[in-house]
Amino acid sequence: MTGLHLTDLRVTRGGSTLVALDTTVARGEVLTIMGPSGSGKSTALAAIIGTLAPAFSLQGSIALDGVDVTHLPTRARRIGLLFQDDVLFPHLSVGGNLAFALPASVKGGKARRAAIDAALDQAGLHGFAARDPATLSGGQRARIALMRTLLASPRALLLDEPFSRLDADLRARIRSFVLTRVREEGLPVILVTHDADDARAAGGRIVSPLGQPLPIRPQSVVGKTGSIG
Amino acid sequence: MQRRGGWLAQAPRITLLLMVAPVLAGLAGTLAPAFGIVPMPDAPPGLAAFRQLADWPGTAEAARLSVTTGVAATVLSLAITLLVVAALQGTRAFTLLLRLLSPLLSVPHAAVALGMAFLIAPSGWIIRAFSPWATGWTAPPDLLTLNDPMGLALIAGLVAKEVPFLLLMVLAALPQTDAPRRMMVAATLGYGQTAAWAYGVLPAVYRQIRLPVYAVLAYSMTAVEMALILGPTLPHSLAVQITLWMMDPSLAQRGTAAAAALLQLGLVGAALLGWRGCEMVARRLLTCLATAGARGAQLDAVLRPAAAVLAGLVVAAVGLGLAGLAVWSLAGLWSFPDAWPDTLTLKTWTRAAPDLAEAGGMTLTLAMLATLVAVTLTLACLEAEARHGLRPTSRALWLLYLPLIVPQVAFLPGLQFLALVTAIEGTPLAVAAAHLVFVLPYVFLSLAPPYRAWDTRIATAAAALGAGPERIFWQLRLPMLLRPVLTAAAVGIAVSVGQYLPTLLIGGGRVVTLTTEAVALSSGGNRRIIGTYAILQMALPALAFAAAVALPALAFRHRRGMQVAA
Repeated sequence: MTGLHLTDLRVTRGGSTLVALDTTVARGEVLTIMGPSGSGKSTALAAIIGTLAPAFSLQGSIALDGVDVTHLPTRARRIGLLFQDDVLFPHLSVGGNLAFALPASVKGGKARRAAIDAALDQAGLHGFAARDPATLSGGQRARIALMRTLLASPRALLLDEPFSRLDADLRARIRSFVLTRVREEGLPVILVTHDADDARAAGGRIVSPLGQPLPIRPQSVVGKTGSIG
Repeated sequence: MQRRGGWLAQAPRITLLLMVAPVLAGLAGTLAPAFGIVPMPDAPPGLAAFRQLADWPGTAEAARLSVTTGVAATVLSLAITLLVVAALQGTRAFTLLLRLLSPLLSVPHAAVALGMAFLIAPSGWIIRAFSPWATGWTAPPDLLTLNDPMGLALIAGLVAKEVPFLLLMVLAALPQTDAPRRMMVAATLGYGQTAAWAYGVLPAVYRQIRLPVYAVLAYSMTAVEMALILGPTLPHSLAVQITLWMMDPSLAQRGTAAAAALLQLGLVGAALLGWRGCEMVARRLLTCLATAGARGAQLDAVLRPAAAVLAGLVVAAVGLGLAGLAVWSLAGLWSFPDAWPDTLTLKTWTRAAPDLAEAGGMTLTLAMLATLVAVTLTLACLEAEARHGLRPTSRALWLLYLPLIVPQVAFLPGLQFLALVTAIEGTPLAVAAAHLVFVLPYVFLSLAPPYRAWDTRIATAAAALGAGPERIFWQLRLPMLLRPVLTAAAVGIAVSVGQYLPTLLIGGGRVVTLTTEAVALSSGGNRRIIGTYAILQMALPALAFAAAVALPALAFRHRRGMQVAA
């Protein structure tokens, strides 16, 4: 029962169904939920991480590695989240941001520092621990945000359009960095995006918030529409 | 955890209770002696207290003064404030004015009044500046520039104090009114700036500043310390007379005082109703004007200089007044009509130092106590709101303003009576509790907007990393909101330091603060000593505000993301 199971998950608001998903995301798999803005993507995301506003009603269940997390608070779900912006804590240093995510079970200043340094090394940001996050470039911030998410040892990962704010050439590099890292971790991943390029690069199934499979269009066609948009 | 959450969820109710209960209990405690329910020497059961009030020859005049000075001060303050924002917003003069006016907000009422008195007294700076070369006076003239029977000096003092307050309230309301786009639309239709603001923005702004305006009206009608320093004396305005009766050690006037407090409450209630009626008429008029299509493009040429002059007068009155206080506290020999003392000396300060230290210490202790409790309760309320998804209702906002709109002089006598009965009168703790009633609303109003505006994605990001609500509050929300929290604390300290009537009545004259001492000295006429008290009274809030700016800047000096956007 490993992986992320969405069993008949439905989110409704005032009679209209916004989200209807019934699927399993295996470890190492990336499921992409795609749709234009306002299509229920962010509602699906809020339902899975547990921040749905009271106006919505939710049926069905969300299970992670066999544990039903449908009614757990966000903090207990162990589902990591990467935002559209990096949402680094501005009052903490880069190292402080990472330390915030590191579980308290890693005890002792030395061990914690070592874990943070190792994470920085993996992100190619050796020696950045004392830096002010505001002085980092967009790409550096995105990498720190991912490492912060991973340091909390999540069991699954949600990516909320994490590349949409980056410019074109940085975007491809960060995307491959993130996707490579999460595949190495063997986590079930849900990517929420409106961008066909991101969806294709994720290389997994693509569905709408209402669960309809969307075909991956041939690369050339996607490339053309992508360049128009 | 569950229990704790339960307590936190109750925080808004507890806080409202702490503000509303003293007002209601105080009103009840005022009613009882007035009707002789609790017999006083001058008030046996029945309506004897009201008959005594009716027999007192000054009653009608005192009541008239309360209405005329209060309404005049409110109309003038509001008019100047709106004119300044409408005519000057976006100009360099406006930016300069804001810089000058916002620090004035934290200056206590008593210090503003004392400074103003030094300025306009027959032996004050203004007359000195024109004497003897223009006036020919070599001795202070026998003019009633201060304590004039019409209350003009009092009105001027109130306006100087309330304009900065209302201006800040208008500026806080503006971002929610879509003002820039409305102004642009009106400008493209050919309207002048002042007209565009009045027709397009004012209705939306006024809806938001209505409660502060009511607070200004209620305060201006019932000001005690400003009226003691600047107001008429034969008779005093009603609020001052009530205070004098209340402070009579023989208790012989308590019933009359209570009856007068009810009269004062009725006057304020009637004035508020009248004001509400005028609001509706003014709204009709404004709609008529707006639909008449007059562009008012030429108005700006007149109104801009007028607004600049009026605002300049407010800044000058308070600024020069405070400067006068400082100079007097350092003055050696300073005879009329010299504009500057012969010598400057620290003698007054060194002589007054022990008394200043004692009163200052008590002032600071009371302020810290009241502010600490107020900030804690406010944070608990706002955090409960965030965690339990509570929405503030407009009824709660009204209750929040209750202690600011119900005149102090109407419910403090009752509270003093209750404090006497429970034998806590005269203790610093009881005084701090009374301060809390007035500190809490201001702290809440100051902290709520930035607290609610905090980016909740930070909390979501932290929760996704496994952080619980406690950790999010202590490690993220509180440190990120350090500046607004400290600013709210500085507001609380300023409010507490300025409290006169609660300190006087609940303290029973035994709790001496800089404010009670400065006002008590004001009748004596030793300007040098008065200067030291008033300057220190003003310095405490100023230091608190300076700390609110400096501490976060120091703590986050290596965090660019935490700096205030200039």
